[in-house]
Amino acid sequence: MKKVYASFDEAVSDIFDGAVVMVSGFGGTGGTAQNLLLALRNHGAKDLTIVSNTAGLATLLGFGTLPGQTAIDVGTLIDNDQVIKVIASYPVSPSPSKINSFESYFRKGKMELELVPQGTLVERIRAGGAGIPAFFTPTGAGTQLSEGKEAREFDGRQHILEHALKSDFALVKGYKADTLGNLTYRGTSQNFGAVMVRSTGVSIVEVDQVVDVGEIDPHLVHTPALFVDRIVTL
Amino acid sequence: MLDRLPREVIAMRVARELKDGNVVNLGLGIPSLCSQYVPDGRTIFYHSESGVLNYGPMAEEGEEDDDLINASGQFLQPIAGMSFFHSADAFAMIRGGHIDVTVLGALQVSERGDLSNWMLPSRGIGNVGGAMDLAAGAKRVIVAMEHTGRNGDPKIVSECTFPLTGPRCVSLIVTDIAVISVEKEGLVLRETAPGWEPREIQNETEPELILADDIKEIAL
Repeated sequence: MKKVYASFDEAVSDIFDGAVVMVSGFGGTGGTAQNLLLALRNHGAKDLTIVSNTAGLATLLGFGTLPGQTAIDVGTLIDNDQVIKVIASYPVSPSPSKINSFESYFRKGKMELELVPQGTLVERIRAGGAGIPAFFTPTGAGTQLSEGKEAREFDGRQHILEHALKSDFALVKGYKADTLGNLTYRGTSQNFGAVMVRSTGVSIVEVDQVVDVGEIDPHLVHTPALFVDRIVTL
Repeated sequence: MLDRLPREVIAMRVARELKDGNVVNLGLGIPSLCSQYVPDGRTIFYHSESGVLNYGPMAEEGEEDDDLINASGQFLQPIAGMSFFHSADAFAMIRGGHIDVTVLGALQVSERGDLSNWMLPSRGIGNVGGAMDLAAGAKRVIVAMEHTGRNGDPKIVSECTFPLTGPRCVSLIVTDIAVISVEKEGLVLRETAPGWEPREIQNETEPELILADDIKEIAL
């Protein structure tokens, strides 16, 4: 069983048209698997549903992007007409005068959006990997995002039923992996990735370094190897 | 024309609400300024949805690290005592009631403390981000905002007409002309900006304000 792939292209080569793909990252370049996203753009799979916190903030605004750096994010796939639906919490620019490619497709009626509160989004992903089909949460109760959802009162407070979220593939950015797939992340770049690897058919992780087994202290492993299917590095 | 307090002074007044040892999450805009004005001698633990607790100042130019950001995408300095975690934990902290105070901006706040801050209906699309989780989960929600919109419309309203972020979640509203607390009996005007009479503040506020017995000028 070989987990370390020779190239980013090879690691994404079986992503099929119509797949549901989770993409890690908070919104900036840190935690975003930029080389895997480029490979998926070159691969060209279409009609993708993307699960991600944003729908292209780094490419539009340089959000969380180092000065002088060009970001690759979900916007890169949307620009290339590969995406038909986005499940996100922060899909558009905070400024109505700056429109990302997601919003322009959305306005033309060519893009579906499922808007989910950020904590509900990540909890739905967590649940998907933890064998929990649905859960009640207070977040969003009494708002338009609760419309059509089952509601129930616990401890005198309204909660709404939210369902687990799974995917066919997850493109995740880690920091260091050993060849078995034990994984660490740097700083604030764990964000969605460390949860997405748990709830996907195939987790594909781009890392800065691949090291031999034993080189990561087991006490410090963030993601145990069983959640990691493919590893690739520059 | 009466003077309105600048954004920095709104932030300064909010900062007085943050108590020693509080875990605090600051939203975008005016709320993000509050950390600069915390009174000496208080230690605040800042939490960000990006997955960090106990962050400090922003990174110096040339020392930015894209693996070290807050929820506004600003680069943070690495400091002793920080911890990092994934988003499920970041939101367990919020939803689980582990955040003492969140300071949020608002488009509208209603008489009952309903909050609208995520979508302008005219745009037809918006970002909810972590706002609904914070509104539902933080122990105390403080709103920091200008008292009226750019066209002079009241932002403190009888019923929110913009999409809700959360019902009955706001406990204190700090604006450029007043400090108002949300109580069972309604909105209580507690502090006024220098030179402002309660009647003048009422004129810029849709619901009826209850005047506090000890109403005073905003002190910083």
